[in-house]
Amino acid sequence: MVKDQEFLKSKASYCLDLAKKMGATDASVTVGHSISETVNFRNKSLEASDRSDGLALSIETYLGKRRSSISSSNLIDENIKTLIEKCFETTKITPEDEFNSLPDKNLLAKQIGSLNLYDETRFENDKKIKYLKDLEEAASSNKQIINTESSFTENKSNFILANSDGFCDGYKTSSFTTSCVTVAKDENSMERDYEFSSKRHLSDIKQASDLGNKAAVQTIRKLNPNKIGSEKISIIFDKRISKGMLSVFASAISASAIARGTSFLKDKINHQVFANSINVIDKPDIIKGMGSQNFDSEGVNSNTLQLIENGILKNYLVDTYNGKKINLQSNGRSGGTTNLYFENGHLSYEDLLKKNSKSLYITETIGHGSNLVTGDYSVGATGFLVEDGEFKYPVNEITIAGNFKDMFKNITLANDLEFEYSVNSPTMMIEGMTVAGK
Amino acid sequence: MSNFFNKSDLTRQDADKLVSETLNNCDDGELYLEESKSESILLDDNKIKSSNYSSDLGFGFRAISNEVVAYSYSNEISKDSLKNSSENLKSTLKSIKGTYNHEIPKSNKKFYKDINPIEQKTLDSKLEVLNKVNEFLREKDGSVKQVTASFAGEQKSIEIIRSGGESLTDVRPLIRFNVSVMLEKNGRKETGVYGIGGRQSYDDYLKNDNWKNVCEEAFRIASVNLESKPAPAGEMKVVLGPGWPAILIHEAIGHGLEGDFNRKKTSAFHNLMGEKVASEGVTIVDDGTIDNRRGSLTIDDEGTPTERTVLIENGILKNFMQDRHNARLMNTRSTGSGRRENYRHIVLPRMRNTMMLSGNQTQDEMIKSVDKGIFAVSFGGGQVDITSGKFVFNCTEAYEINNGKIGSPIKGATLIGDGPSILKEVSMVGNDMMLDPGIGTCGKAGQGVPVGVAQPSILIDKMTVGGTKL
Repeated sequence: MVKDQEFLKSKASYCLDLAKKMGATDASVTVGHSISETVNFRNKSLEASDRSDGLALSIETYLGKRRSSISSSNLIDENIKTLIEKCFETTKITPEDEFNSLPDKNLLAKQIGSLNLYDETRFENDKKIKYLKDLEEAASSNKQIINTESSFTENKSNFILANSDGFCDGYKTSSFTTSCVTVAKDENSMERDYEFSSKRHLSDIKQASDLGNKAAVQTIRKLNPNKIGSEKISIIFDKRISKGMLSVFASAISASAIARGTSFLKDKINHQVFANSINVIDKPDIIKGMGSQNFDSEGVNSNTLQLIENGILKNYLVDTYNGKKINLQSNGRSGGTTNLYFENGHLSYEDLLKKNSKSLYITETIGHGSNLVTGDYSVGATGFLVEDGEFKYPVNEITIAGNFKDMFKNITLANDLEFEYSVNSPTMMIEGMTVAGK
Repeated sequence: MSNFFNKSDLTRQDADKLVSETLNNCDDGELYLEESKSESILLDDNKIKSSNYSSDLGFGFRAISNEVVAYSYSNEISKDSLKNSSENLKSTLKSIKGTYNHEIPKSNKKFYKDINPIEQKTLDSKLEVLNKVNEFLREKDGSVKQVTASFAGEQKSIEIIRSGGESLTDVRPLIRFNVSVMLEKNGRKETGVYGIGGRQSYDDYLKNDNWKNVCEEAFRIASVNLESKPAPAGEMKVVLGPGWPAILIHEAIGHGLEGDFNRKKTSAFHNLMGEKVASEGVTIVDDGTIDNRRGSLTIDDEGTPTERTVLIENGILKNFMQDRHNARLMNTRSTGSGRRENYRHIVLPRMRNTMMLSGNQTQDEMIKSVDKGIFAVSFGGGQVDITSGKFVFNCTEAYEINNGKIGSPIKGATLIGDGPSILKEVSMVGNDMMLDPGIGTCGKAGQGVPVGVAQPSILIDKMTVGGTKL
């Protein structure tokens, strides 16, 4: 069983009391406990089981404007005492930083409603095994599939965040995650693809056979790929890739990147940064949402933020420290976005495919080719050539490149948004990017 | 060396007994105990932004029978906790019986010293170096708009207890010093990053004001990039500089030669043992035995002494990298390549220091032979799709080559290639093999481990460059 609130609270207040007693002017502490059980399958038989049970503690101590932190997994009182002593000794010799402080008391979360993020259902390993068996049976029912690997992870977590201004709260969360990787082979090629599902509640997880089938179909259609020539072409990003554009956008508007001046979106508040049909929202209070939270990692209340309205940048993601640097109040985004999404566009998926006579549909990218300082983007990609709305043949060993500043202004979205993950996007088309191939 | 039992109700005798009892009917497995102490100090935006100390303690208990691996970890070293883990392993393996293999090779060689780098240098003196870095760079040039500098240090102590009570231990130091600088000129911003590190004390790297060389190199890379033009798009010849660009080999070849992917036949290399996979003159080794290197290990995380494993010899595929589990299932021996990020993770076959050895051509000859292509000097990171064999990496410093001469610097572009065929496109191997500066971390299955790479300059006849200029 995951440790209860009382246990975590007692450890947190032990830490705060001790830090205060040593002379810390302020302190904040997070104590968490997490239990995870994973079963791995390969080619329809059990391959591994993995159980993890981990406590984690992190403390920040302040002496006026001086601050330092420690973290540990060892929660024995004697060890905590040694660590806090070490932390406070370090604080004393760390230089002052005028922006160091606990969050503004008025901004701390007060009423905490339930977002239904915890499902106490226990999915025993035997049941996980049955699920994965069904999944891999479905995946390997096609002859071209020569290898299947799948896993099911059940996680239960609990935490308490407390600070010396009296904030003390936390809550349990759960997640159930299953994934399947399949390998398909024909005489010319061998390809891999995947499918996964991750939910707060067990009952929302996809059917095993559907998941396995989907992975298999997605893998088989990649067989026998071609390389295409280098050209400018309109690119359609499958939903699992288009959401990555939002993650890049979120990193570029974090108060930390803005304060340091290392973002291509610095000084762009109230400027057009996306096509004017685009709206981007970050919503923390979606019931059962994978990114939902009652407060951010500093205890600050987080409300829904419209980040992009009709293409115009309206808000940064602000935490206490970086907010003070750029004269903005925290909006509860220490730790980043919550449930981030593009609002639906106007075209259907089919119409988006047909919009140009020829486009490249991308299902996977590899590499770390996003430069947040310049906005330059260049990654390896695999996908399909689409002509007149029809998938013609698979394509690989190509790269796609552009600059986010231009790419964001050339986005057209389909109307097929679904809330599957913590970051969600409809299918996306970007015109004017360069493909490098032959 | 950590004593894992002095603050616990669990005695070594209890642990030995429980380990033997649990693993009695299994093919392999061990109790892995780990204590790590680490620090990270970061200067950013003219200030000491964070100073963090972390201590971590825990165990991972593993039992293997046939193809099934059962694993359980906890950060509470106690009788109850170990018993729970034991029950958990037994329940997974209840219907599968094995025969324990007690054999494990021994060696007295050590490749780094038993030191705690964190304690060898005071916090004050580390803060002083970081502040000097900041001042040095900002005074150097008016275009310097942002400086980030950091120290990271770690000491990890491990003990492996096998069935029958055999115990193997190791103490591993690791440090890293990193500088990143952003320049702004005529409205353009560019970043340069450089770092050094390995399994030694901070002072071994920072003596004689060596931090200044790190600053100069980061500044030089950023300055070059301020002048960069859009990169070309399409297939062309590529000259790779020596040292760190060997992450190409790590991504393109290294991962595909790890035992697990070959046992599972998901690697593009699984049926190529003994075959020609590279041009003549190409020899690649994975070596865990180089003194003080980031990827070196005295013993791996299963207790096997590391070694120098020849992967490709003169173009022919000779060996895969193996941990005990995959080696047993493939009827071969462990190459001392079993690694894990920490006690929370299972062991996987991983790379250590992956190196292409020198040939006898010069970098000049390579550049002169290229009509149109690029010269890539440094890279960010890379990634590979093991199954299709396609891999990428991102240039952070590169130039165009026109008619045998190095031309303008070009913007960061991704290069993409095909692992099983790329080494057949290598037409020249330089005489200038160099080790990387000690900065690599390799990710696999969510686990990061420190690695090294090395190579001479090489000429690749055909690769796709992912620029924007057609």
